[in-house]
Amino acid sequence: MAEVLVYVDHVDGAVRKPTLELLTLARRIGEPVAVALGNGAADTVAALAEHGAVKVLTHEAAEYADYLVVPKVDALQAAVEAVSPAAVLVPSSAEGKEIAARLALRIGSGIITDAVDLEAGDEGPVATQSVFAASYSTKSRVTKGTPVIMVKPNSAAVEAAPAAGAVEALSVTFSDKATGTKITSRTARESTGRPELTEAAIVVSGGRGVGGADNFALIEALADSLGAAVGASRAAVDAGWYPHTNQVGQTGKSVSPQLYIASGISGAIQHRAGMQTSKTIVAVNKDAEAPIFELVDYGVVGDLFDVVPQLTEEIKARKG
Amino acid sequence: MSLRIVVTVKYVPDATGDRHFADDLTVDRDDVDGLLSELDEYAVEQALQIAEDADDAEVTVLTVGPEDAKDALRKALSMGADKAIHVEDDDLHGTDAIGTSLVLAKAIEKAGYDLVISGMASTDGTMGVVPALLAERLGVPQVTLLSEVSVEDGTVTGRRDGDTASEQLQASLPAVVSVTDQSGEARYPSFKGIMAAKKKPVESWDLSDLDIDADEVGLENAYTTVDAATERPARTAGTIVKDEGEGGKQLAEFLASQKFI
Ligand SMILES: Cc1cc2nc3c(=O)[nH]c(=O)nc-3n(C[C@H](O)[C@H](O)[C@H](O)COP(=O)(O)OP(=O)(O)OC[C@H]3O[C@@H](n4cnc5c(N)ncnc54)[C@H](O)[C@@H]3O)c2cc1C
Ligand SMILES: Cc1cc2nc3c(=O)[nH]c(=O)nc-3n(C[C@H](O)[C@H](O)[C@H](O)COP(=O)(O)OP(=O)(O)OC[C@H]3O[C@@H](n4cnc5c(N)ncnc54)[C@H](O)[C@@H]3O)c2cc1C
Repeated sequence: MAEVLVYVDHVDGAVRKPTLELLTLARRIGEPVAVALGNGAADTVAALAEHGAVKVLTHEAAEYADYLVVPKVDALQAAVEAVSPAAVLVPSSAEGKEIAARLALRIGSGIITDAVDLEAGDEGPVATQSVFAASYSTKSRVTKGTPVIMVKPNSAAVEAAPAAGAVEALSVTFSDKATGTKITSRTARESTGRPELTEAAIVVSGGRGVGGADNFALIEALADSLGAAVGASRAAVDAGWYPHTNQVGQTGKSVSPQLYIASGISGAIQHRAGMQTSKTIVAVNKDAEAPIFELVDYGVVGDLFDVVPQLTEEIKARKG
Repeated sequence: MSLRIVVTVKYVPDATGDRHFADDLTVDRDDVDGLLSELDEYAVEQALQIAEDADDAEVTVLTVGPEDAKDALRKALSMGADKAIHVEDDDLHGTDAIGTSLVLAKAIEKAGYDLVISGMASTDGTMGVVPALLAERLGVPQVTLLSEVSVEDGTVTGRRDGDTASEQLQASLPAVVSVTDQSGEARYPSFKGIMAAKKKPVESWDLSDLDIDADEVGLENAYTTVDAATERPARTAGTIVKDEGEGGKQLAEFLASQKFI
């Protein structure tokens, strides 16, 4: 069976969930071969093998952490040359897109970004994309070269499928452009202990209606009662009430959880672009005319300062 | 020494309009008004600020797009850019990201540059790949997705706020930069700026000016193809209740019925 390269997104050896989802999708079109780079690459092997990687190509070097993007492109190119895969799958994160795009150019291939599903087709893998703020769904294919496809988080279920996970050291020669952009310092983001926004099964978001940074405690309390991630609209982020990394929408994260709860958010097209594919949508807004209500499965027209705390209390009571 | 800045700006259908696909599954541009992609306004803004801080700098805005795409150039000129380049050719219809990056890279090289500034993504394709593709094609460093950028003594530095960390980046010019919507509010064109824009030069180039063959671009020669596009079915109307003191409890009841609690 054809081999399919899967680029591994990991933090010091801890594989992030979107990569495990890619392994599920990769198995639909061939045999997954994972590529893990940088510090902790060897530590990813067990998780990757458990989820279907027949082979794991690893390479550790300081360049991956010290310089932007290009060293990873060099390595992925070496992996493509070593394996001659039927496709290359990369998580559709900001960095993943840049790595994949540059790789595609080097190997003469087309790219598809933000796929939400992937199937084998007669003429190669067929990707589903959700476009124009999720108002359309398209089926597309790469027609030249080795398909390079970037897949959004939450596009497939993570499935255990134990495989050999044979480790092979990848041999990489860095190009002279690899050291072009130096990363002079890095400040790690402090963990909130809450689930990762793009990976969470439930997302609870607040907007301008929340009215202030302190009031976000209400949104956080609701999120915690459900084990959810916290999101925010751009209006709330621009006002400085919540970090930009939590912004949901076109220029923020796009999320596709089982449940999305929007409070004090009007539902502008750019916000919808990031949450419209959520399975169940719930909103609390005091304006019955707010466009968010066009999307909801359940909506409460009311003041969030009354509704949200009551909801949180009720959830806690029910959970005991 | 003068600093030559080229800003890539895209002309896109208004996101608040009813966007859809034409019969050939490319974007239908006739039904919805076009405009300068809002995220490229941030790129123009940073270019203007960098130019203002430099001794001698020139800001050129560049677009690849149909006739109407001139509107996007006019907007950028009225914000304060010095001149514009419009690459237009019938054979460009339906060009994908790989092809677009080829045309942009050739035009940037022809224009001459020390710094290229792009938006983080367009508001239609929203791929977020063109700046990286340009860096690869031009063979210069990419300093992308910056929420803060500055240029001094031939070096560009910036802050990139990622998922797991915030990074400080540095590269020598020439380089390709892209900026996010966190980089700073874009200025509004003044009346004076709008009037001045009318007199600013707009060059028009076609594929032959860039030594690109028609068979390297366009829908027929794209590296990707769209086989189908279907409109997402409208969501079935949900239940909407008015809070009369029990709204939170009613919502909890709904969540429980859906097994979320
Ligand atoms: C290029 C571009 C990119 C953008 N990207 C994004 C993006 O990624 N994400 C994003 O969110 N936006 C984005 N925007 C901005 C977007 O257009 C809207 O401005 C934004 O989403 C509005 O945020 P909001 O709904 O919180 O605020 P508003 O639109 O002001 O809505 C606030 C809502 O809160 C309600 N409310 C007020 N008080 C209460 C209360 N006490 N109880 C209940 N309800 C209350 C109001 O009725 C209102 O509906 C982008 C815009 C542009 C131009
Ligand atoms: C809904 C939709 C989905 C698409 N999906 C794909 C796909 O999966 N694969 C594919 O290869 N193509 C795809 N395309 C085509 C692609 O959008 C265009 O070829 C294109 O211009 C590059 O991608 P982008 O607009 O998403 O650019 P992005 O990479 O999102 O744009 C980033 C920046 O690049 C610059 N830029 C981009 N295009 C231009 C331009 N024409 N002129 C000047 N500056 C520009 C701007 O500074 C912009 O801010 C899609 C188009 C649409 C409308």
